[in-house]
Amino acid sequence: MKREEARLYYVQGLPVPETPKPGQEPKPWKETEVVGKPIPRVDAYERVSGSAVYPSDTSLPDMLYGAILRCPHPHAKVKSVETSEAEKMPGIRAVITGKTPGADVDWPYLGGKKTKLFDLICRHEGEEVAAIAAETPYQAWDALKKIKVNYERLPFVVDERKSLDPGVPSIHEGGNQVGEQKYERGNVEKGFAEADVVLEENYRSESELHTPMELHGCVAKWDGDRLTLWESTQGVYSVQARVAEVLGLPLSNVRVIGHYMGGGFGSKLQAGKYTIIAALLAKKTARPVKLFLTREETFLCVGNRPPCNMKLKAGVKKDGTLTAFDFSCIGTGGAYPANGTGLVDWLVRDLYLCPNVRTKLTDVYINAGPARPFRAPGHPQGAWALEQMLDALAHAIDMDPVELRLKNIPTYSQGREGNPPYTTTGLKKCLEEGAKAFRWKEARKKGKPKGHIFRGVGMASGLWFVGGGGPPSTVIVKFFSDGSANLNMGASDIGTGTKTVMAMVVSEELGIPTKKIQIEHADTGTTQYATPSGGSKTVPTESPAVRAACMDVKEQLFKMAAKDLKTDSSGLMLKKSEVMSRSEPSKKMKIADISDFKKRGVILGVGYRGPNPENKVVNPFAAQFGEVEVNTKTGEVKVLRFLAAQESGRVMNRLTFDNQVFGGITMGIGFGMTEIRVLDGDRTGKMVNKNWHDYKLPTALDVPPEIISFPIDLEDPIANSTGAKGLGEPVTIPTGPAIANAIYNATGVRVTRTPANPLELCQLISDRRKEG
Amino acid sequence: MEKDSEEKEGHCKKGVTRRGFLQLMGAGAAASVTTGTLAAEPTPEVVTPGEMSKVSLQVNGRRHRILIEPRWSLLYVIREKLGLTGTKVGCERGECGACTVLINGQPRYACLILAAEAEGTEITTLEGLMKGEDLGPVQQAFVENDAFQCGYCTPGQIMAVEGLLRANPNPSAEEIRQGMSGNLCRCGAYPNIFNAVRRAAELKKVAGGA
Repeated sequence: MKREEARLYYVQGLPVPETPKPGQEPKPWKETEVVGKPIPRVDAYERVSGSAVYPSDTSLPDMLYGAILRCPHPHAKVKSVETSEAEKMPGIRAVITGKTPGADVDWPYLGGKKTKLFDLICRHEGEEVAAIAAETPYQAWDALKKIKVNYERLPFVVDERKSLDPGVPSIHEGGNQVGEQKYERGNVEKGFAEADVVLEENYRSESELHTPMELHGCVAKWDGDRLTLWESTQGVYSVQARVAEVLGLPLSNVRVIGHYMGGGFGSKLQAGKYTIIAALLAKKTARPVKLFLTREETFLCVGNRPPCNMKLKAGVKKDGTLTAFDFSCIGTGGAYPANGTGLVDWLVRDLYLCPNVRTKLTDVYINAGPARPFRAPGHPQGAWALEQMLDALAHAIDMDPVELRLKNIPTYSQGREGNPPYTTTGLKKCLEEGAKAFRWKEARKKGKPKGHIFRGVGMASGLWFVGGGGPPSTVIVKFFSDGSANLNMGASDIGTGTKTVMAMVVSEELGIPTKKIQIEHADTGTTQYATPSGGSKTVPTESPAVRAACMDVKEQLFKMAAKDLKTDSSGLMLKKSEVMSRSEPSKKMKIADISDFKKRGVILGVGYRGPNPENKVVNPFAAQFGEVEVNTKTGEVKVLRFLAAQESGRVMNRLTFDNQVFGGITMGIGFGMTEIRVLDGDRTGKMVNKNWHDYKLPTALDVPPEIISFPIDLEDPIANSTGAKGLGEPVTIPTGPAIANAIYNATGVRVTRTPANPLELCQLISDRRKEG
Repeated sequence: MEKDSEEKEGHCKKGVTRRGFLQLMGAGAAASVTTGTLAAEPTPEVVTPGEMSKVSLQVNGRRHRILIEPRWSLLYVIREKLGLTGTKVGCERGECGACTVLINGQPRYACLILAAEAEGTEITTLEGLMKGEDLGPVQQAFVENDAFQCGYCTPGQIMAVEGLLRANPNPSAEEIRQGMSGNLCRCGAYPNIFNAVRRAAELKKVAGGA
């Protein structure tokens, strides 16, 4: 387990301290008064009134604006950079390049690889070459055009399928293979021999770009040798660690504040080069600098979900028993080590009972922007292959696809050493109850196609590799003598409702209405350590720590009250701002009257996240069902209705839960149907659709008119003290293949390549007509 | 507001000509003169990018008299000069709708309007929908229906709903989807946004068409 934890993507390369040992862990709640209710967000007012100050809204006195000059070529050597003309432009206060004193710093990648911040070799379009600070962003952009760079253009490769071909230029010394991972259990050949049906198929999923609404960037300000950053980030502590490392500063001298942030989806788990550049510009000018990227830059330089070329061979017996999987994938994390194929094989290894499994992942370099973790890294890609294969197997043995999955539900994690059991396996309930709620069986009985309009249904399931959270996390609850409280935690609320859920936990434990709970969070200067909000681990990590902090408050409070009430503190309880004896309800007093509390003013409760159960795995599960209408003349697909049965342990807030589900499905529709990064491999090697006009995000017109969140609220008494598991990532895993399976059900055409857009479908439908 | 002596030194030879610029302004808000047309103007009289002009902008019922560069977008001026950061910046090229404001009651992308162009119009931003410290009906509907996640596209969504409901107080489901299709939400809160539009329509009626 230790090794597995070390490679969790959201803490990769981070120094992660241990949480001190917690006290006695409370048992999960039996009944709740607040938790689980559909309570509007505690920060809703700020977000809809405009009073929330996002990092990009930050404006400081005397502030300058930064901009970055980026290499326009996919692969080039920087021969010279001439900045004198730019420096003379109006409003320009600093121009920096790799030669500027202080800017000659290293930039770390995974696996210990380093380049310079402004490296002389640009290995993808958009690599940083120079940067400018000016009085206005317009002046900065003007001056960028006046920097003269002499590039020696180098041969490039932007298609990972060709990256290992002979004669292809090497992007780094030692060739283009980053690494190869192999896994095997059982005997795959024997498994195929036992099968009644063996199918084999190639699948491809295209690169998907995060493009959160708020641009990547920060405002940087120095006070002597102390740096403050207002950064749009999922994790203030991870940004602090990276900036301190790169600039050689003590952690204490780097304060990162990220109270609000406009979306990240994995692309803002770490500091960017832009963070360092903003700090360098601010240092050089001795003025605060605001540096937010342009939208175009966010398509090139701040991560992506890597493209995957997958091959899956699978064997099944007529009764639905899976006998073997053989899976391979060639993928790419771009021009630098970025775990390009990480976790792509996980579902093949773990989701269904299968004794014989072999996987091989080959990660290669290409001249494109490095990947960053993207909502459930590897999983939607793997699901795209596995879930379509399961559908094809079911078809081949004439079995309902739900039935086939139900026959192969594991209660333990086969992909991990020692086959540790899951604390709960919600998959069965997701499938059974989801199918019932969707009216799956009825919907499968196809109506006649209306001319060229075909209707069909499809489903897919999934699990998420982690999602149970875990230490470290420390939370402080300050309890005031009037019965109000301040909650202090380091975690970011990336839009999932973290603040709201945590306030509800405090409310549940201390009996305070959420409006009397003030939250202070995501600030390395004033709040407690937290790992970045990623991996769907924030609620299961933070909520038990918040609960523990409340228990600590109560313990101290009862000790104080016991003195006044002349009773034993262990027999006391808290109810509506009164402390009372459980056995003698008449023995009670108002919090405000407790004499020691009046003297002290504040009770400080500290909560730590306890360890996860030993030798057990905490995973969320999902099954999703969709109905589509395919126009076989135009290739257009309408998703008519969609249902997601998600098992993520306890539903902490029904409103934010449903919202996550809708969002995950929408993003899954993007992955499966609309989104594709197009690189001009033949001529320029550049990205040709680096804007939201040509790169299609799902809009209001692309989401199903009927979209149902169907929570499977399964009690998990072992996972942690709140019984919650992660939701954000599992919900986006099965969506794409569920739709692809529905398209197959409607038309008999298998869309093995994303995106299933009209272009692709028209091609496939016309190919099939030709075949006859 | 810019007080930079160096600004006069630099000259942008391919800048917008003063004449061309004034003609563009003279043609009114409906003008859609392409840059190609402007570039074709003979013997350009060059406007220095740093050169400042006076404009008077009517934002949320308040008049702001400020100095601007003619090329500054309304979005830039609203956020960075007037400090009204409720209006968000998403793409600066009219693709996402995060910067949606109302111009004379109609939703428009502030990134595609020059500040100079907006003179003489009535500009409403998210802040302008507040009633003192109280939320307006559309904002209230967004809270009740959890119609956002990260909240960054939300101001633009709210302004689009405000514009939609001013033009059509009883939109159908399809009209809501069409009306909201100019505003991207990467978090995918669309179903809740649709519900919020319906709720906002009700709240507006209760409030007497406010």
